[in-house]
Amino acid sequence: MAEKDKDLIEKIDKEYEYGFTTDIETETIGRCLNEDVIRLISAKKEEPEWMLERRLKAFRHWQKMPLPTWAHLDIPEIDFQDIIYYAAPKQRKKLGSMDEVDPELKRTFDKLGIPLEEQMALAGVAVDAVMDSVSVKTTFRETLAEKGIIFCSISEAIREYPDLVKKYLGSVVPYTDNFYAALNAAVFSDGSFCYIPKGVRCPMELSTYFRINAEGTGQFERTLLVADEGSYVSYLEGCTAPQRDENQLHAAVVEIVVERDAEVKYSTVQNWYPGDKEGKGGIYNFVTKRGLCRQNAHLSWTQVETGSAITWKYPSCVLLGDNSVGEFYSVAMTNNFQQADTGTKMIHIGRNTRSRIVSKGISAGKSQNAYRGLVRVAKGADNARNYSQCDSLLIGDKCGAHTFPEIDSHNPTAVLEHEATTSKISEDQLFYCNQRGISTEDAVGLIVNGYAREVLSKLPMEFAVEAQKLLAISLEGSVG
Amino acid sequence: MLSIKNLHASIGDKPILRGINLEVKAGEVHAIMGPNGSGKSTLASVLAGNEKFTVTDGSVEFLGQNLMELSIEDRARLGLFLGFQYPVEIPGVTMANFMKMAVNEQRKYRGEEPLSAGQFLKLMKQKSAVVELDSKLTSRAVNEGFSGGEKKKNEIFQMAMLEPKLAILDETDSGLDIDALRVVATGVTKLHTEENATVVITHYQRLLDYIVPDFVHVLYKGQIIYSGDKTLALKLEKEGYDWLINDYKE
Repeated sequence: MAEKDKDLIEKIDKEYEYGFTTDIETETIGRCLNEDVIRLISAKKEEPEWMLERRLKAFRHWQKMPLPTWAHLDIPEIDFQDIIYYAAPKQRKKLGSMDEVDPELKRTFDKLGIPLEEQMALAGVAVDAVMDSVSVKTTFRETLAEKGIIFCSISEAIREYPDLVKKYLGSVVPYTDNFYAALNAAVFSDGSFCYIPKGVRCPMELSTYFRINAEGTGQFERTLLVADEGSYVSYLEGCTAPQRDENQLHAAVVEIVVERDAEVKYSTVQNWYPGDKEGKGGIYNFVTKRGLCRQNAHLSWTQVETGSAITWKYPSCVLLGDNSVGEFYSVAMTNNFQQADTGTKMIHIGRNTRSRIVSKGISAGKSQNAYRGLVRVAKGADNARNYSQCDSLLIGDKCGAHTFPEIDSHNPTAVLEHEATTSKISEDQLFYCNQRGISTEDAVGLIVNGYAREVLSKLPMEFAVEAQKLLAISLEGSVG
Repeated sequence: MLSIKNLHASIGDKPILRGINLEVKAGEVHAIMGPNGSGKSTLASVLAGNEKFTVTDGSVEFLGQNLMELSIEDRARLGLFLGFQYPVEIPGVTMANFMKMAVNEQRKYRGEEPLSAGQFLKLMKQKSAVVELDSKLTSRAVNEGFSGGEKKKNEIFQMAMLEPKLAILDETDSGLDIDALRVVATGVTKLHTEENATVVITHYQRLLDYIVPDFVHVLYKGQIIYSGDKTLALKLEKEGYDWLINDYKE
């Protein structure tokens, strides 16, 4: 089988589809990081004084923090002074309508399959597109405004809805939380803001599309989503970046507040550039995502992670209110030299809180894939329930799968279940498919998608189709 | 249709098939019997192209083509079907999805348009009736949680969907109760025409009450040592293999 293995492994190496760069005039500030840079970012964003103060406070704290090293990742040294912290596609004036958006920029998003025009109406998705450091265009603001929904860039929100931002920004992920969250709090340049008022069911999927374009740039976006009492929203997030030899840093923070009786579904398809076959280049994806659930609130994270050279990401739920529910559904796929250390934290504080974790890791090539999870039950969390399922699928014999589940229960009434499996695509399965006329490449795609089905089925329809294709492309033809 | 000449195959260094000769023509049913370990399943696997085995000598012609030069999937697309003794489970992949891909790959190979979703569902419904397969099973994952009987019915259902020229059924009767055996065997009989051929590998005469063979072959130590008509199976059932093996040993 060795010959076949080799043959198959060669076939995995599909080119990264989104590796182009847009030739657009970019306004950047130099590669360095100090208080002046932060003042400059704040000034560019025309921010009020209180925001600058917050940034500086975070920066001063960050300077004292050590780099986290506990993850199962081999991270080359990052020179934080050698990164461009602000890059923006040059705009002559403020945007009044869609027609004023640079045509080159529009073409970029078209290429990515993210038409910012009215055709999004057909798909029923409102989009906020973020290129490098700034939000380029948000669609459907008027339609949403009729329901009182605010969906705009975070920079705009800071200027126009200071009370909401002051109240919620940093309330779930404080700048003291961790190294990258502190860095983000100091230098974040843009991101999306969303507020769903009391009792409102958001009529369409909301979506943010992130794109890193400029060279040497770090992207630090900040997303803040607030679902007020009894409201509902489904939110999607997609990401791509050009193909470059250097590594680029992406350190985002996503904060979600789910008020009483509200429900939020947050779905991510992460396809940052993963680096080439030799492991050169690719995005370092160091992201902090967390949601806070009040009474009867429901937060569901779904992620399909196929990109990035290194992923360090743990979308978590703080189940503060009684009867609140947290869910985490994840497919993380690594190939070639990619590394992923991802999972979730479910913090049960309220009574009768429930959480469910379904994690599906897929490792191929020489990649390393780790699930890391924490289920904590606080003293007062009577009748807390958790169910965790962590599966790993190995393709080939040079990759690794690791599971680090941690349980920390302080309440005797809690019921926690954990199941884990590790499997390989067997030769018998491939032979069976082949014998029915299905080629090995198609068979692997089929088997991997079948393996991930439980998670993919949680994604909104359009996203599920895209995710399926992505898995098949990223893995085509690998076998163990 | 199928012409096997002096076929030798081994697993690792161990020879298993040691000079098989067999001619199968359209419209015929052949039964292959023989004691455990005589190479029956290996013959089926080698014909299907399983890479666990190495063909060391001989030739196989199928529908005018050199079978050994074709990939596993091309053999299948050309019309060779293997009914597995132990069908594997493919978690999360629905039977409907799996079969749709299989049927359309075959159509593509023949230069035909893929079936639409509607046409496909209709075909599935029609074919699942052949083996009285619960239509709910087609929305479940391939063989996952299927009972032994359901797995075997599912093999014949797939055969019905793909309408092979040559079906090789590897101990399709093993592990079946009497009712399931009747359903599976009558299913196979219904699918038999003058244009296709069936090779059944079995230990038991009872299957051959339904699927009446034109020829019965006895495989022993990697060779066909004796061939006869359907009465041979009855004799074997009564007397076992000893009389043949003793002959062969001399």
